[in-house]
Amino acid sequence: MADFTIKIDTDQIATILWDCPEKPFNILNFEAIKLLDSLVDEVLLNDNISGAIITSAKPDFAAGMDLKVLADLKNSNGANPTQGLFDGFMQMHTIMRKIERAGMDPKTNKGGKPIVTVLPGTALGIGLEIPLCTHRIFAANNNKAKIGLPEIKVGIFPGAGGTTRLVRKLGIFGASEFLLEGKTVDPIKAKSSGIIDEVSDTPMSDAKAWVLSASDADIVKPWDQKGYKLPGGAPYSPSGFMTFVGASAMVTGKTMGAYPAPKALMSAVYEGSLVAFDTALKIEARWFTNIVMNPSSSAMIRSLFISKGALEKGAVRPKEVPDQRAKTVGVLGAGMMGAGIALVAAQAGIEVVLVDRSQDVADKGKAYSEQYLNAGIKRGKVSDKIKDDILNRILATDDYTRLSKADLIIEAVFEDTKVKSDVTKAVLEIVREDCIFASNTSTLPISELAKASKYPENYIGIHFFSPVEKMLLVEIIKGEKTGNRAVAKALDFVRQIKKTPIVVNDSRFFYANRCIIPYLNEGLRMITEGIPPSIIESAAKQLGFPLGPIQLVDETSIELGAKIARATRAAMGKSYPNDQIDEILFWMEDKGRLGRKANAGFFNYNENGKREGFWTGLQEKYPLSKTTPNLTEVQHRLMFIQALEAVRALEEGVLMDIREGDVGAVLGWGFAPWSGGPLSWLDILGTPYAAERSQELCKTYGPRFDCPPLLADMGKNNEAFYERFSPEKLD
Amino acid sequence: MKEVFIYDSVRTPRGRGRKDGSLHEVTALALSTTVLNNIKKRNELDGHSIEDVIWGNVTQIGEQGACLARTAVLASELDENVPGISINRFCASGLEAVNLAANQIRGGAGNCYIAGGVESMSRVPMSSDGGAVAVDPSFTMNNYFVPQGISADLIATKHGFSRDQADELAVESQKRASIAWNEDRFSKSIVPVTDINGLTILEHDEYIRADTDMQKLGALKSAFQDMGETMPGFDKVALMKYPEIDKINHIHHAGNSSGIVDGAAGILIGDQDFGTARGLKPRAKIRATCKVGTEPTIMLTGPVPATNKILSDSGLKISDIDLFEVNEAFASIVLMFEQAFDVNHDKVNVNGGSIAMGHPLGATGAMILGTLLDELERQDKTIGLATLCVASGMGAATIIERV
Repeated sequence: MADFTIKIDTDQIATILWDCPEKPFNILNFEAIKLLDSLVDEVLLNDNISGAIITSAKPDFAAGMDLKVLADLKNSNGANPTQGLFDGFMQMHTIMRKIERAGMDPKTNKGGKPIVTVLPGTALGIGLEIPLCTHRIFAANNNKAKIGLPEIKVGIFPGAGGTTRLVRKLGIFGASEFLLEGKTVDPIKAKSSGIIDEVSDTPMSDAKAWVLSASDADIVKPWDQKGYKLPGGAPYSPSGFMTFVGASAMVTGKTMGAYPAPKALMSAVYEGSLVAFDTALKIEARWFTNIVMNPSSSAMIRSLFISKGALEKGAVRPKEVPDQRAKTVGVLGAGMMGAGIALVAAQAGIEVVLVDRSQDVADKGKAYSEQYLNAGIKRGKVSDKIKDDILNRILATDDYTRLSKADLIIEAVFEDTKVKSDVTKAVLEIVREDCIFASNTSTLPISELAKASKYPENYIGIHFFSPVEKMLLVEIIKGEKTGNRAVAKALDFVRQIKKTPIVVNDSRFFYANRCIIPYLNEGLRMITEGIPPSIIESAAKQLGFPLGPIQLVDETSIELGAKIARATRAAMGKSYPNDQIDEILFWMEDKGRLGRKANAGFFNYNENGKREGFWTGLQEKYPLSKTTPNLTEVQHRLMFIQALEAVRALEEGVLMDIREGDVGAVLGWGFAPWSGGPLSWLDILGTPYAAERSQELCKTYGPRFDCPPLLADMGKNNEAFYERFSPEKLD
Repeated sequence: MKEVFIYDSVRTPRGRGRKDGSLHEVTALALSTTVLNNIKKRNELDGHSIEDVIWGNVTQIGEQGACLARTAVLASELDENVPGISINRFCASGLEAVNLAANQIRGGAGNCYIAGGVESMSRVPMSSDGGAVAVDPSFTMNNYFVPQGISADLIATKHGFSRDQADELAVESQKRASIAWNEDRFSKSIVPVTDINGLTILEHDEYIRADTDMQKLGALKSAFQDMGETMPGFDKVALMKYPEIDKINHIHHAGNSSGIVDGAAGILIGDQDFGTARGLKPRAKIRATCKVGTEPTIMLTGPVPATNKILSDSGLKISDIDLFEVNEAFASIVLMFEQAFDVNHDKVNVNGGSIAMGHPLGATGAMILGTLLDELERQDKTIGLATLCVASGMGAATIIERV
């Protein structure tokens, strides 16, 4: 069966039907492109065809490009992948331009055949770029449909004419939210934004009627007509000049210059808007080739698209264990984390028993869901019925016996081994023997906590990030005795709540916090060295971190930092390496500057809790150093301190799959997303340089930067993480 | 190498660079020919007496396009054998024209030039010539481009200059310019702009506001705060390059930044033989010239490294300089210069500057050099230094010495 088929009806209208066999969505692959080309030829050359409709046999139009196409193109020109890509993109433009020009006379714009698209549902990426080259886009009135060009989110930009066409259609201002933010909208909004032309309940018959009545003039794109002007003005027109001046600044500010794709996109738009359409497509292809060849885009695609997808589909799930989807989840502790977990579980259609010591606290935990859903109603995202259904699934109670039906317990009580172990024992008396028991601890070793259970093989860590409903990652922690069914249960549950899981082995702070805490500490150390906090924060933000380490300390609270420091010191004894950190944390604590929640931390806050610059009182204790350090040096410290920890986690077997190390870091705490994650970043640097640089940092700043033997070894052999630990090799 | 001398200096008055400015009705070509004809007449330059006209002009588009210098030569009473070249070193174009001419003569390419420049900012608006520097993302995004006002405020923040300091400097500029006009100190150089019938259109700098005081300036809104902090947010871009700074203090406004005006200026430059042959007396020697490139985001710091370089090239010390002209593009530039060299404000811009009288981009460099020479003569001092900050991170300077 072919991806595209053609059918000609009695009105001489051809329907090109897209229907990828054995796939839930249409995605465009290399063979399909060639097939589409030949069908377009048939439409244009066959005298019995007067026009065509391109549509899908599936509920959606298309989900995008098969990213394997990029790899195929790279390989298509032997030793010169750049040429292979560029030629491939130009070929794509030629095919799409053929659709757009539809056989019309290039001089008179007459004699072309109308070709339109009908979108039954979602149309993303190439799934919108193909429609954009047709003469009119009809969409079914399907409010679940998503229409847009989300390429920027995986580190590339629309490179099949989408960039050039959308800018010429909407102007730089109108196109910016779609191209630069990758915003997707429903058909009604897509029409009001000008991306598509018609929304109706009968798109096929409307499309047919339009094709039958279309005149020569109807099918000529504005940019193929004489006197075309870019909406809002081209760069050197009086109206466009300031737009373009401002656009670069806005994008730079928003992305902190950390991502190559928005820069390449902006250049393609600017250079393209100064030349005729076909030249603009060539320029788009050059910049697109450039961005696809950029190691950052490959790493982003790999982590944020391929690896993330694989983990969500259960790449690391024990295969022999049958379906473990949760039916009833018991959530112990209705504090912020418990309340959030109850909400996401109920949203996923799971029955939730939310238990706390008093009915009052339990009710408050449930009220969190209500507030959240009310906000959704206000924004028109949630209906009253959905809200009621979700809330009806949450039983808030102080009666532990109500947990008897639960097949999964998630404990989110106070972060204390004794408290947790008491509650574990109590609940185990009530639940079924096969119930899986999970702790949401972020700091306590799972194998220790599992000792409270009669069934340690059924005990596991499921570590959520805060706020639960917003954060995309869930870290699953295997204790020494955790069995495969518990792992499968945790993974199936995470899949139910539509988050991305990583599975790691038990060790201090697991994986995420093991890397985040040194990041925070490195920021604090720099303060004690007299480095201006603004440099530290700017260095982090220019790396693409959503929050700098100092702000993150304020957000998570200095009190918590001090508490973790005390506990770690107690656990580690003499080998505790962080005296310098404790000094500053305890000093801040003494000063009552506990962070955002106290409206006073490393930052000042106004009465509304808005940050207002750094607290200069800090300089009493830590005067600013006279020499300003190089930004790159600060950035290397912030990156290496985390990346080396990721390598150690891999070396020690805490990480079992490098994909989890990368995806976890980017989704969990926003580790420089452009890099694809800490291990991808080391690959981009090249392990020989990474090993050498870590030794230099070690010499200058101390043994925390000591090069792990694994990295040293890989550096010696110039081996990449994605070679040595290639997920394909694991399978 | 040959010594090079200034023989004459001529400038038009500066008209407000708006539609209601007196020179708005006058073309950039006419402003140019006014200066060229006056130099020719005052110095009796006949035939192919000068090698070239080097003409500074920033916004070379519309009526200032297509090598206005050559058009001006042909439209003037100069001989058609004199060629003419337009140059653009942004705000230092007029000074750069002089420096280029001086160095051509030094190197033996001719013995006399007219160097100067023109800008009709009311007729050819600033930035109307576009420019990749502000618009092409492959440049702007990788080089942290911000407009000059942001850079000027960044300099103020970095050096800790307050709005009051900047306003005081502005008030003083106005006061000095008024005194200079009252005492006729510009009379040697100023030539009125007249119409085709010989009627006077403008004979004085009309931008000056003699009644400026701290209260009046205090009422003005900072000019670059919105574009810096809100739309499109240039501060964020600048601070990526200057992460040690937490927040930019926007101290500049219309009253402590240079004024937008129309005007032209020219300087007659030649070697000793030129003067001897024509019985002209040299007024000053051009001792040294220099230009520098600097970091482009903070952009306007050029006068400091340019001065350091020209001092070291000429073997002079800062204390050897009797008078300074430091273009008042923004108050913070002058404050930065005085702080860097510990120079007393009594020696700097003694007759006011661009804040009071305006800054006709292509002409200013030649104007302040002429003003410097006139003032050295008036005070009977010897050595003067003129310097300007330049867009895109450049600077230029010239040292002259009376003979």
